[in-house]
Amino acid sequence: MDDAVIKRIQRDPNYIRLVAERKAFGWTLSIIMLVIYYGFIALVAFAPSAIAVKLFGSITIGLALGVAIILAAIVLTGVYVLRANAQYDDLTKAIVNANAVGGRK
Amino acid sequence: MNRLIKSGALAAALAPLAGAARAADTGAAPPLDWNALIIFAAFVVLTLAITYWAAQRTRTAKDFYAAGGGVTGLQNGLAIAGDYMSAASFLGISALVFSTGYYGLIYSIGFLVGWPIIMFLMAEPLRNLGRFTFADVASYRLQATPIRAMAATGTLVTVAFYLIAQMVGAGQLIELLFGLPYLYAVVFVGVMMIIYVTFGGMIATTWVQIIKACLLLIGATLMSLLVLAQFGFDFNALVAKAIEVHPSHEKIMLPGAAVANPISAISLGMALMFGTAGLPHILMRFFTVRDAKEARKSVFWATTFIGYFYILTFIIGFGAIILVGPNALYHDVKGALLGGGNMPAIHLAHAVGGDLMKGFIAAVAFATILAVVSGLTLSGASAVSHDLYASVFRRGKVDEATEVRVSRITTVALGVVAILLGVVFEKVNVAFMVGLAFAVAASANFPVLLLAMLWKGLTTRGAFIGGFVGLIGAVALTILSPGIWEAVLGFPKGSALFQYTSPAIFTMPLAFLCAWIFSITDQSTVAAKERVAFEGQYVRSQTGIGAEGAVAH
Repeated sequence: MDDAVIKRIQRDPNYIRLVAERKAFGWTLSIIMLVIYYGFIALVAFAPSAIAVKLFGSITIGLALGVAIILAAIVLTGVYVLRANAQYDDLTKAIVNANAVGGRK
Repeated sequence: MNRLIKSGALAAALAPLAGAARAADTGAAPPLDWNALIIFAAFVVLTLAITYWAAQRTRTAKDFYAAGGGVTGLQNGLAIAGDYMSAASFLGISALVFSTGYYGLIYSIGFLVGWPIIMFLMAEPLRNLGRFTFADVASYRLQATPIRAMAATGTLVTVAFYLIAQMVGAGQLIELLFGLPYLYAVVFVGVMMIIYVTFGGMIATTWVQIIKACLLLIGATLMSLLVLAQFGFDFNALVAKAIEVHPSHEKIMLPGAAVANPISAISLGMALMFGTAGLPHILMRFFTVRDAKEARKSVFWATTFIGYFYILTFIIGFGAIILVGPNALYHDVKGALLGGGNMPAIHLAHAVGGDLMKGFIAAVAFATILAVVSGLTLSGASAVSHDLYASVFRRGKVDEATEVRVSRITTVALGVVAILLGVVFEKVNVAFMVGLAFAVAASANFPVLLLAMLWKGLTTRGAFIGGFVGLIGAVALTILSPGIWEAVLGFPKGSALFQYTSPAIFTMPLAFLCAWIFSITDQSTVAAKERVAFEGQYVRSQTGIGAEGAVAH
């Protein structure tokens, strides 16, 4: 890509939208995941006895949280893929076509 | 003693096979397990056939390093799961839950949470910018020689420590189950991985990993179902019984050793989460798919399979407490677990499914080790041939055929080195090594890669210094920790200067800080050009324009 093409793509409204939306979405989901996980680690580190508190029967907060965090990780990645498949790929295609750079090698 | 338990705990979980009680040490050789042998032999024959098939399809460098770039998202997700779920995950975590309860499950969680981060921040730009190794991405707009040298060093250190743990573990496991002497076992593993990688390259490695992932998922599912069936599929009843049976009773629901101190807990969390995002053999898998979309799907499938597997470790671990713990059949006269501390999962397989199930799970454990060492070896060989030889030593003036030949020679050399290391470290407790691999990946590979992709200001100087500070810092602090200083080097208890579980909480921020400071203060004209070049790199990383496509055969 030469500089002219780069400049043109950077001014493309679709590109601006793609970058802005993906950045915001990616960081939002990352921060959600970090908060969930380090919230859990903080609980382990600073309030370990809370981990063993029983919720129902012998199932403790720690067990429930563990499964919930694993499921959250799967769900969050799934959410990202769904949105990316629905939006980002179309925007990318539009950018590639509009700027006539021949697409992929 | 108490501190030793705490500081050794990460290590114990990560490379559990190593340093456990050894069959050879307990006297008589164990009887040969024919079920395990036959199932494992079937796996070997099948994977050799695949290697033969893959060898016919491995012509170019792209075939060798990246399986031609045509692996689908689902296939790659399975292969990533096969590459990532080592014997440490399976045998180690279940052994840790068996002995300490909930503490082991903290690892199950920590091993998974790096994946969403890879998805949200790294997978797509990584695929759009790279060809064969993560150094391609790190050096995309920076100077090739220093950055590739740094990335290759990070790769080789990570791979070496990971490999030692796997080799020693494999040797001990095979010795234990088949009665094969340790040396033969290590040589066998080394030779198998040389055959897979040298002849079949990434294509064979991918399929070995896919088959292994399927076997491991099937095996773990079967075991979990058989365990749950004994408790009327009531997880609550399972946990209640485990609390009743375990000598520590209610205490097994506490996080235990993880709370040695908060810094250790957080540092461990960082090493697990960000180390995942810096493992070179895992990052390399992203170049085997066609485009960013398939890379994205790969992460989703990988996260799903790995997450599912770790949820099963909850059931398997507690099941082992109940069905293996009090059963005299699995203990020697002194009350020690037969075969050493890492065997609860194998014994549990026997407890719920008899000899056949035990043989199957034992065979799966080997397949697991073979798949992981193959991925590691390929990654190490690529760092030598693609980064060091082709880019640094020959300055890019080398044809593909020569580069691949160097990669194959390196694979053989790495295999021989791995065998030698396996022999040298036979009697050493190498439990800290996977922990060290994760710490180095989190402290050197991850910061440089992330900044190179996302931060315009990064310069060669910043990346080089930041990466090496993280690398050297992580290795040095690990050596100064009780796991090596006291347990391996034999200094008196309490003399270790670094008392935390993992160095990541210090070395990872330090690497970022150094990369930042030495970048913003870099006034050279080269640095100015590198900042400008970020524009084009960023456009490509976001759109995939100019990215490597797939090759159709």
